[in-house]
Amino acid sequence: MNKALLFKLLRALALIAVALFFLFPILWVFMMSFMTNVDILRSPPSPIFTPTLDNYRGLLTGQLATGTGTLTTDYTTNLFNSFVLSASAVILSLLLGVPAAYAFARFKFRLGEDMAFTLLSFRFAPPILVLLPLQLYFQEIGLYDTYVGLVWVYQLITLPLILWIVRGYFEDISPDIEHAYRLDGHSWLKTFLKIAIPLARPGIAAAGLLAFIFAWNNFVFALILGSSAVQPVTVGALAFVTASGIQYGVIAAALVLSVVPTLTLALYAQRYLVEGLSLGAVKG
Amino acid sequence: MSGTLIVNAARGVASTQRSRARQRWLPYLLSLPALLVCIGILIPFFTAVWYSLERYNLSFPDQRAFIWFGNYLNLFTDPAFWNTVRISLAYTGLTVGVQLLFGLAIALLLQRRHWINDLMSVLLILPLMVAPAIASLMWKLMTNPNFGVLSYLVGRLGFPDFGWSSNPNSALFTVVLVDTWVYTPFITILLLAGLRALPRQPFEAAELDGVPASFVFFRITLPMLMPYILTASLFRMLDSIQQFDIIYSMTQGGPGDTLTVFQVQAYLEAFSFSNIGRSAALVMILWAITYALSTVFIKQWLKLRANARGQG
Repeated sequence: MNKALLFKLLRALALIAVALFFLFPILWVFMMSFMTNVDILRSPPSPIFTPTLDNYRGLLTGQLATGTGTLTTDYTTNLFNSFVLSASAVILSLLLGVPAAYAFARFKFRLGEDMAFTLLSFRFAPPILVLLPLQLYFQEIGLYDTYVGLVWVYQLITLPLILWIVRGYFEDISPDIEHAYRLDGHSWLKTFLKIAIPLARPGIAAAGLLAFIFAWNNFVFALILGSSAVQPVTVGALAFVTASGIQYGVIAAALVLSVVPTLTLALYAQRYLVEGLSLGAVKG
Repeated sequence: MSGTLIVNAARGVASTQRSRARQRWLPYLLSLPALLVCIGILIPFFTAVWYSLERYNLSFPDQRAFIWFGNYLNLFTDPAFWNTVRISLAYTGLTVGVQLLFGLAIALLLQRRHWINDLMSVLLILPLMVAPAIASLMWKLMTNPNFGVLSYLVGRLGFPDFGWSSNPNSALFTVVLVDTWVYTPFITILLLAGLRALPRQPFEAAELDGVPASFVFFRITLPMLMPYILTASLFRMLDSIQQFDIIYSMTQGGPGDTLTVFQVQAYLEAFSFSNIGRSAALVMILWAITYALSTVFIKQWLKLRANARGQG
């Protein structure tokens, strides 16, 4: 009896330690983002302070008050870039990937498997291998520092993800319904659009959300293939931290703004995350 | 009457033949756009192979020449390269090892269905969904010597000038810590799904027979969980050996050359020293390593995938 109680207590302590380690950094930076510089520099650090929205106000208006005057920033441009790049990359991947996923799931054809695995192997190749030549090519053909160029390269992450998850969903749906609909005299295209896609819709939505998160979190593509005009928050935040004269609370607010969209989406789509993270190998 | 039937039947045959011919082309047609993107990515890959065989420095364009394996030979005789190899292996070994131990322990802790455990497994997703580059910056704020809460706490424990990522002695520890914070949940989530997918009979039988818990863990749980453990560690190894975001965003490979892992070193060679040939050779070596690892990984991954889809 005593031993069982001790065991329970140890278990609870372990749970608290785990929660503390994994959640504390997010909570602390979140808290910092509402602090003035004076509160942040106070020692010992204290969780009791009067919250201020000035850090966010400064970031969103682009006018940062510093000790020596006002500093203009364009962090909102980085936020906008993140949205444009991630959303476009996912839409393109869905248009390219869903038909291909259907083909791989429904037909056995030469090249099909080879292609599916080539795409998968891209996921595991070092990105700089491709980025090194692309940086030189892009400058020659005018794709350097453009959304189009970046969205195309983003397919390296989003396409394999969508292809393999959606393929799994198509494989799980019995083709019998499609056969029956086909025997009624409907065209192949109509069957694909009216039967197959609606049935796989939850999988397609989940794959799209995850691909959006991974595209949003990408860092190295835009670091190498773009200037600040097209760079997303991940790269923008680094420039922000190393820039001088920016107050710590503003940096914290910038980090919070860069993670809020993905964290919200992740909580919303958490049911599908296990399957997505393992590229369809494990079901949650 | 019978004539129209025959004509109809003939029409039917013709149309199925036509549709069969179309069926044969359909999959190619459907996957063609994705294939074109594939080829578009393979072109720069082969260009990189070519660069790696060239003396190619953007600062000295007129000295550009094909030198066979010159870049590779230079690398193999350069202590800086072996430094890169050593750090990359240390980083990979430490991150995967630590995360596997923690990840497995946490998965076992959360195994039983209970609302607290379920809530925890959802909250654990959060660090995993923070961009690794941003995670580094968060930890950089927390380890700032002037106001960082961790610097303060470690100072109170008797290490007033711990230094974190700015000290060569603790830089590796710091980035491994950030990597662990981000990616341990990945292993936990995968192993948790694995644990919950295990068949119950062996555990029930063991309980009936009064088999000790340690025996159950080492002889039943661990072997049955092995495919998941293997997949998760190979997955993490593949990402870890090419880690860039966390390290670059934390220290740009510094202090000095303390954290110049493969991709960081390749980045610096190309974009700080304009040495394209040498950088390409460096990533080609990394690619060979990841390619070998990924073939093992994909085999393991396919087994799990077939299993999850009820074909195994």
